[in-house]
Amino acid sequence: MIRWISIVILAIAIFATGAWGYQEHQEKNAILVQAENNYQRAFHDLTYQVDLLHDKIGTTLAMNTKEKLSPQLIEIWRLTSEAQTDVGQLPLVLLPFNKTEEFLSNIGEFSYRTAVRDLEQEPLSDKEVDTLNNLYKKAGDIKNELRKVQHVVLEDNLRWMDVQMALVSTDEPMDNTIIDGFETVEETVKAYEESDLSSGLTGISNETHEFRFIKGENISESQAEEQIRKLFKLDDELELTIAESGDGAQLPMYSASFQNEKEHGYIDISKQGGHPLSFMLNREINEKNLSLNDALLRAEKFLKANGFSDMVMFQSNQYENVGVFQFLYQQGDVRVYPDKIQMKVALDDGEILGFVATDFYRNHENTEYEEPSLALEEAKERVNPTVTIQDQHLAIVEDDFKERILAYAFLGTKGQDTYRIFIDANTGQEIKVEKLKAVETKWNID
Amino acid sequence: MRMKKKGILLCCLASLLFSVTTVYPTHSSYAFSNQVIQHGATGEDVIELQARLQYIGFYNGKIDGVFGWGTYWALRNFQYEFGLDIDGLAGSTVKEKLVKASQYDKEFIRKNIESGNQFTYYGGTPKEQQVKKDKNNQKKQAQNTQTEEDQGTSLEPTAVNVPNGFSQNDIQLMANAVYGEARGESYEGQVAVAAVILNRINSPTFPNTVSGVIFEPRAFTAVADGQIWLTPNDKAKRAVVDAINGWDPTGEAIYYFNPDTATSSWIWSRPQIKRIGKHVFCM
Repeated sequence: MIRWISIVILAIAIFATGAWGYQEHQEKNAILVQAENNYQRAFHDLTYQVDLLHDKIGTTLAMNTKEKLSPQLIEIWRLTSEAQTDVGQLPLVLLPFNKTEEFLSNIGEFSYRTAVRDLEQEPLSDKEVDTLNNLYKKAGDIKNELRKVQHVVLEDNLRWMDVQMALVSTDEPMDNTIIDGFETVEETVKAYEESDLSSGLTGISNETHEFRFIKGENISESQAEEQIRKLFKLDDELELTIAESGDGAQLPMYSASFQNEKEHGYIDISKQGGHPLSFMLNREINEKNLSLNDALLRAEKFLKANGFSDMVMFQSNQYENVGVFQFLYQQGDVRVYPDKIQMKVALDDGEILGFVATDFYRNHENTEYEEPSLALEEAKERVNPTVTIQDQHLAIVEDDFKERILAYAFLGTKGQDTYRIFIDANTGQEIKVEKLKAVETKWNID
Repeated sequence: MRMKKKGILLCCLASLLFSVTTVYPTHSSYAFSNQVIQHGATGEDVIELQARLQYIGFYNGKIDGVFGWGTYWALRNFQYEFGLDIDGLAGSTVKEKLVKASQYDKEFIRKNIESGNQFTYYGGTPKEQQVKKDKNNQKKQAQNTQTEEDQGTSLEPTAVNVPNGFSQNDIQLMANAVYGEARGESYEGQVAVAAVILNRINSPTFPNTVSGVIFEPRAFTAVADGQIWLTPNDKAKRAVVDAINGWDPTGEAIYYFNPDTATSSWIWSRPQIKRIGKHVFCM
C-alpha cells in the first residue's frame, strides 16, 4: 500500500517537475524570440533606411530648384539619424561598425549643414556637389552589400541570437555569414574614407583640435611628482602612484593618485610645461557651513593664486554639500566661452575639491578681438521679438566648424523660461539659441 | 494607547506653537541667515527669498528652494525697483529691504511644501485660495503629523540643480551603469567610466543618447549580465555628476577594457591612453 502511494506521489512529482521545466523552457524561448526580433527589426530597418538614403541623395543631385533642396537635405539628415539608431541596436565589439557609423554621421552632418544654410544666398559649391556625388556612390555600394547580407539572412533563416552566441562562446575566427557580410560592408566604407573623406569632408567630424596653450619644457616624472606634492602639501613619506600616459593620449601627461588619512586624490599634469590639467579630491563631506557665495570667493582666490587672473564666474550650482562653478576667460569686456575652467568646492570647510582646465589649455590663445561692426541695438533686433532681453555681453563662441566668432550673447526670458541667444556681431546671424535649464523638481516629491 | 497620548500631546504643543507664530508672523528669528545668496544656491534661505519675492509680486515661479534663473531675474528686478546695485546677489542690504517690504509666513510655507501641495504666496490674496491640495490624502496626513514633530528643523527644497541637458533620471541611469561596471574601483575610476559614456554620446560613431549608449548591445558587460540593475550608491552618483560637470580623467577615451579578462584582440589594438585601477582606457 505504502509502496503504491509513494509511486503515485513520485509520479506526480516527476510530472509536475516536467511541466514546470517545460514552462520555464517556453518562457526562456519567448524571451529569446523577443530579443531576436529586436535585432531583426534593427537590421532590416537599417537596410531599408540605407536604401532610402541612397535614393534621396540621388534625387538631390538631380534637383535644381533651391526651395526643394533644403527640405530634401533635411530628409536625408533624418534618415541618417534613424539608420544610426538602428546600427546602435546591433551587437557591437566583434562586428566592427565604427566606419559605418562614422559614414552615416558624416552624411548627416553634411546634409544638416547644407540644409540649414540659406541656399539662395550661398548655393552648393562645386566641391560640395562632388562630395555629394561621392556620398551617393558609396551609399550605393553599402546599400548593395547590406541587401546581399539581408538576402542571405532571409534565405537561410539566420538568427542574430546565433551571432550573439558565437560572439559569446569563442574569440576564434568563425564562419558566420552575418559577421562576414558586415565585415565586407565595413571594408567598403573604409575604402571610401581613405579615398574621399580626407578631401571633401575635412572639418566635418566632431573631433576637437589640439591643445593650443600648452607651453614650456617637458618635465620628468620626478619633477611632476614634486610639483604635485607641493600643490597638495603632501608628506614626503606619503605614497604617490604616478604614471605617464600612453600613445592614445591627445596630450602626453602624468597621472597621479594618492590616499592620505583625509581624502583620495587624483591629478593629471601635462608633460610639457607641467600644467595641472585637472584634479579631484574625494572624501565624505560634512554638514554645510559655508554659503555658495563663500565657496565662490575661495574658488576665485585659488584661480588668482594659480595664475588665472582674468576669469569670471559664469555658472554656479550647489549639489548637496558642494558648490560647482564654471569660469570663463574674459578679455576686456569679451567673455571667451571656449576657454573655461570648472571648479568644485566643499561647503563644509571650503576646500577646493576639484579643478578642470582642459578646455582652457586646449582653446586659449592670446589674440586681440576686433570691435563688432554691428551695433548692439541692431543685434537686439535680430532676436526673436517674443523674448524679453534681460542682460547682454560680448562673447567669443565656436561655431559648428570650430571657428571663433565674435557675438553678442543675450540672456532673455519668455514666460518662465530663460534663453541664451548668440548673434554674430558682424553678420547679425543667429548662431545659437540655448534654453537654460538647471533646476528640476525632485520626482520623489509629488 | 501610549502612542495616541503622545500624539495628542504633540498636537497640543503644535497648536500652541501655531498660536505663538500667528501672533508674531514676521518674527525676526525667522528671517534669513547671514549668508549671501547667489544663483545656484539651494536651501531654506532660498525658499524664504522666493517666498518674499513672490509676496511682493516679483517672482512668479514655484517656491522650490533652488535659486534658478527665474529667481535670478526676480531678484534683479527687485534690485532695480528698489534702487540697489543690480548684481543678482542677495546680500545683507537686499535682505533688509526685502524683509521690510514683505512678510514671510514660514509655517504656511512649511505646511504646503511638506505635504506636497501646489501653492503660491502672493501678498494681498487670502492664503487659502493659493493652495491646491494634493489628492493623495493619506500621504498628506502622514506628512502632516511629521510636520508637527519637525517644528524647528530646516525646510527642504523640493527641487534640485541638474547639469544643463541632463535629467535626474539620466543621472540615475548612468549611475546604475557606473555602479554595475566599476563599483570596486576608486572614485576616479568611476568618474572615468561615466566620462566614457559621455564621450561616446559626443562621438559620431556611437548613439547620441544616454540610454542609446548604455543599452547598445555588447557595449557594457554590466548591461549584458544584469549588474546594471544593482542599486547604485552615492559615490557612483557623485561620480556621474562630476563627469557631467566636466571632469574626465580618461583624456577623452571612448573605450575601456579590463586587460585581465578582455578576449577580443581588436580592443588591444586601440591606442591606449592610460590605466585607472582595473581598466585600460583607449581611443
